[in-house]
Amino acid sequence: MSPKARLIQGNRACAEGAIAAGVRFFAGYPITPSTEIAEIMSEELPKLSGKFIQMEDEIASMSCIIGASLTGKKVLTASSGPGISLKQEAIGYACMTETPCVIVNVQRLGPSTGGPTSSAQGDIMQARWGTHGDHPIIALCPSSVYECFTLTITAVNFAEKYRTPVYVMLDEIVGHMREKVVLPDADEIEVIDRKRPTCPPEEYKPYQIGESLIPAMADYGTGYKWHVTGLFHDETGFPSGNPQVIDAQFKRLMAKFKKYEDEILLWEETETKDAEILLVAYGSTARSALEAVNILRTEGIKAGLFRPITIWPFPEKVLKTLAGKVKKIIVPEMNYGQLFLEVERVCKDKTQVSGLFKVDSLPIAPDEITAKVREVL
Amino acid sequence: MRPELQKLFRMEKLPHIWCPGCGHGIITRAIGEAIAESDINLDKTVIVSGIGCSSRAPGYMNFDTLHTLHGRALAFATGVKLANPELNVFVITGDGDATAIGGNHFIHAARRNIDLNVILFNNNIYGMTGGQYSPLTPTGKMASTSPYGNPENNFDIPALAIAAGASYVARGTAFHDKLLIECIKEGIKNKGFSLIEAMSMCPTSYGRRNKMGNAADMLNDLKRIAVNINVAKKLPPEKLEGKFLIGKLHHKPYPEFTQEYDKLILKLQKGAE
Repeated sequence: MSPKARLIQGNRACAEGAIAAGVRFFAGYPITPSTEIAEIMSEELPKLSGKFIQMEDEIASMSCIIGASLTGKKVLTASSGPGISLKQEAIGYACMTETPCVIVNVQRLGPSTGGPTSSAQGDIMQARWGTHGDHPIIALCPSSVYECFTLTITAVNFAEKYRTPVYVMLDEIVGHMREKVVLPDADEIEVIDRKRPTCPPEEYKPYQIGESLIPAMADYGTGYKWHVTGLFHDETGFPSGNPQVIDAQFKRLMAKFKKYEDEILLWEETETKDAEILLVAYGSTARSALEAVNILRTEGIKAGLFRPITIWPFPEKVLKTLAGKVKKIIVPEMNYGQLFLEVERVCKDKTQVSGLFKVDSLPIAPDEITAKVREVL
Repeated sequence: MRPELQKLFRMEKLPHIWCPGCGHGIITRAIGEAIAESDINLDKTVIVSGIGCSSRAPGYMNFDTLHTLHGRALAFATGVKLANPELNVFVITGDGDATAIGGNHFIHAARRNIDLNVILFNNNIYGMTGGQYSPLTPTGKMASTSPYGNPENNFDIPALAIAAGASYVARGTAFHDKLLIECIKEGIKNKGFSLIEAMSMCPTSYGRRNKMGNAADMLNDLKRIAVNINVAKKLPPEKLEGKFLIGKLHHKPYPEFTQEYDKLILKLQKGAE
């Protein structure tokens, strides 16, 4: 065993990834199965001159990290199920004000209290549309302990670079699973900081419609004296009810994500080159799907796996190309067909798309997937 | 407005949106006066608010300003202050914002004794949505959602803040603006959670429904009903019936949250050496 090899769980890898990415502020509230992230942050952050606070509720936690982010800190919160529902109002505020922050959702069985210690993937559409009003969002979905570490770093970098909230969508299995990992050293990790203004304060426009579409962001307390509001605002940040201003700002917000799509969209393909059956799976379910591909290949069935790592925005172009080359697509997921809807929308003109849905508190096993493949063949 | 005060306001954003006769303008000015008379770094001052009539005040004030969500101003402000304790953080909130939807954040921010200067504009009503009763609408009063008179009891905000752990609590009014300025200044000096309840008046949505006359009549009511705590100490209880107290109601300094956290950081780092 390498001296740096460790046996750790996904939630720990996620917390360590956040710290490696420069997160120095965490606000949270205890909830299963994400609590370990808060516990680890409470222990580690003060050693690094960072701050941890356990707030009075989930709404306060989300609000608190936005306030902290405005002072220039990299910020994180983590929660599950009902906690994520409570955070939605403030997540919308972060979307509207373009405040960098990362929300870890260790998905558990829902709705409502559901199954606190059971895994699920039922929050996929909530991540996309959970807060009211149209808005862009980024959601990343790890399926291993190592990836909990690397994708949390990516999430923090995306949040800072694109001035946006970013979800890291674990599920209970990925969060609590223990795997051997050798995590990269600090000098091997790329860390991105938000762009800060260099202009004099009187020229500063916190929502400027410039070429990059990502306006620079001043830290509170540095003399820029800017205004942040959840109301629609003009380039200067002050409220505006002018339809042209609203239209221009909203178009910039949406275009920002389109412009950087090539950097934001992440996915992984396994055995897709000659695949006739394509599995589309993410999170812990992708692990079962990968094993299913291996089993099917030994049986001579040409199966492959497409694993979206960025689930929002959805990597549709690449999937559409793949769909044109395969006979059937199967989407196994621990819900009643949430990402399936997206896959179907993208692929239905090219090939037949079926779902394998399961909501009974248990993971989807590889043999359930192989059975489904044989059924549709 | 005198020049020293003008630099504290975004003069180009004035006049404000509040109705004629609203007390909020007087209170907002009092905050400016208190800041002008205090020795604080204006570049390192953040003003946070929630949602409602009072919460529009920071938009007129020339600082880093944060207009947040309904009820959540104290949670955002906690993040600002804890992330950078060098900043002077003010919170402007209203009676509905702070004590209904934000009630939980209110008691917990007070419990932490985090160094925030909270000015609660109390106009006894939800003004911006057109006059619904709030937790500070007195029992029996008319509101658009209490057309037969408010059947509920109202909070005593200073008592709530003291019980929850605020280290400085005072009350002023739109009439007693000099006293209000002094209270805010004392709140700024207090290292900890300072709560200043500023009694305002809403002739449009509260006074009108309760036949309280015009704005001047309502301002006179504040004068008539308020009793300075120093005077009240010498009065028999029957003389205080139907009155409310103004002035410094409570001041008991004790360790402040962000300073204690910084001590923890130092201790851990010394331990690691």
